[in-house]
Amino acid sequence: MRNIWIVAKRELAAYFATPVAVVFIVIFLALQGVLTFNLGNFFDRNQADLAPFFNFLPWVYLLLIPALTMRLWAEERRLGTIELLLTLPITQGQAVVGKFLAAWAFCAIALALTFPFIILVNVLGRPDNGVIATGYAGGLLVAGAFLSVGAALSAATKNQVIAFVLGVAVCFVFAVASYPLVTDFLAKSSPVLAEAARRLSVAERFQGFTRGVVSLRDLIYFASFIGFWLFLNTVIVEHRKAD
Amino acid sequence: MTALIEIDGLTKRFGGFTAVDNVSFTVARGEVLGFLGPNGAGKSTTMRMLAGFMTPTSGTARICGHDVQGDSLAARKALGFLPEGAPTYPDMTVQGFLHFVAAVRGFNGSEAADRVSHAIGLTTLQGVRLQPVETLSKGFKRRVGLAQALLHNPPVLVLDEPTDGLDPNQKHAVRELIASLSAEKAIVISTHILEEVDAVCSRAIIIAGGRIVADGTPAELEKRHPSGKLDDVFRDLTMPRDPSKQQAA
Repeated sequence: MRNIWIVAKRELAAYFATPVAVVFIVIFLALQGVLTFNLGNFFDRNQADLAPFFNFLPWVYLLLIPALTMRLWAEERRLGTIELLLTLPITQGQAVVGKFLAAWAFCAIALALTFPFIILVNVLGRPDNGVIATGYAGGLLVAGAFLSVGAALSAATKNQVIAFVLGVAVCFVFAVASYPLVTDFLAKSSPVLAEAARRLSVAERFQGFTRGVVSLRDLIYFASFIGFWLFLNTVIVEHRKAD
Repeated sequence: MTALIEIDGLTKRFGGFTAVDNVSFTVARGEVLGFLGPNGAGKSTTMRMLAGFMTPTSGTARICGHDVQGDSLAARKALGFLPEGAPTYPDMTVQGFLHFVAAVRGFNGSEAADRVSHAIGLTTLQGVRLQPVETLSKGFKRRVGLAQALLHNPPVLVLDEPTDGLDPNQKHAVRELIASLSAEKAIVISTHILEEVDAVCSRAIIIAGGRIVADGTPAELEKRHPSGKLDDVFRDLTMPRDPSKQQAA
C-alpha cells in the first residue's frame, strides 16, 4: 500500500512538473464548455440539468485520456527508467496500480475543475443535484475505465504515438459497442453477440449514472473492467519490460 | 569469505541468438569484480538478469542467498543497481529523485533526509541538489545514478559502466569511492576501460560472445600475454581469430 502511494505521488507530481497538466486541463475544460454550450444547446433546452455536459464527456475522454496514458509506460521504457523502477524493491503490481491511481487522481482534478457548470446550472434553475452527483461519479468511472485500457496499451510499446492510437481505437470500441450501428450489425449474425456488446459498452453503463441511477451491477462492471485491464497491464509489463 | 553474489549457469537467448551462455561465478564480500568484454558481449544482459530485471532462459542468480527470481524483493533490497546509461526521471530534481528512491527503499522522515544527504555527499552532488536531472551534464547524471545505488548502503553493488562519461577527475573520484566501499561489500562493475581494472578491481572476468573466457586477478591475467599488458590479453581473448567470424563479433 505504501509503495503504491509512493509511486502514485511521484507520477502525479510528474504531470505537474511538465506542461502536460496545464495543457490537458485547459483543453479538457474548453472542449467540455464548447460542446455543452454550442453543440449541446445548454441554454436553448431550458432545462436545469447537466445532460448535455455528460453526453459529451465520454467522447472528450476518448480523445484526451489516451493522451494522458500514452506516456505512462512507453516513456519509462524509452528513457530506460523502467529498469530502475522495476529493480527497486516494489512489485510490478504496485507500480501498475500506483501509476493508474496517479492518472485517475489527475482526471479527478480535471473533472473537479468543471465545478462552474454546477454553479451555473444552480444559478439558472433548480436542478436535481443528486443526479448531477451520480453523473460525476459515473464520469469518474468512465475515466478510470479508459485509463486502465490506455495504461495497459502503453506498456505494450516503446512508441508513444502507437500507444495513443491504440488507446483511442480500443476505447472507441468500448464506447460505441452499445450503439445501434454496432448492435444491429451484430444482431444480423447472432443476437447473443449484440446483447454481449451492449453489456460490455462503457457508454451504456454511463447512461444509468447520468439519469441518477447507480446500480450495483454497473459498479461491479466498472470494477471488473478496470481490474481486468490492470491485470493485463501487469502481465504485459512482466513480459515486455526488458524488450 | 562468503559469496554475496552467486551466478549459476545463467543463460539468455533472444530467438536464435544466445546473448549469455551458461555464465557462472561468485563474488565474495570484499571483492571488486571487473566485468570486461567488448560491446555486445553480454555484460549488460548478465547484469540485468542479476538485478532481476530480465528473466533468464535458464540458470539463476542469488544475492545474499536470495534467488533473484523466486525471492525477488529480498534480493532487490540487498542490491544497489546502476542500470546501463544511468537512467533517471528527467523532470525531477536530484534531491526529489533521491527522496523518491529513499521512500521506496523504506526510509522515512529524518532518516530519509540523512540517507539522501549522505549519498549526495558521497557523489559530490551538493551543487546541483535542486536542479532538474535533465539540465545536468552526462557526468552529473551518472553520479545521480550512483547516488541512487548507494543510498541504502547495500551489501551488494552492481554498477553498469559507472565511470562512462565522467571526466578524468570524476573518474578518479568514483574509483576512490568504490575502493573505499569495497571492504564491506561485494561489488561488480562492468567497464571497457582496462586501466580501471588495475585501479580498482581485485579480480576480473572477461566475457566474449556470452561466455567467460578469462577469470583471475588483474596480475594473473596480465601474465597471459608476453607483453604483460591487459590490453593485449583482452584483444587476444575477445578478437575472433578466424576472419570469417569477424561479423559475429
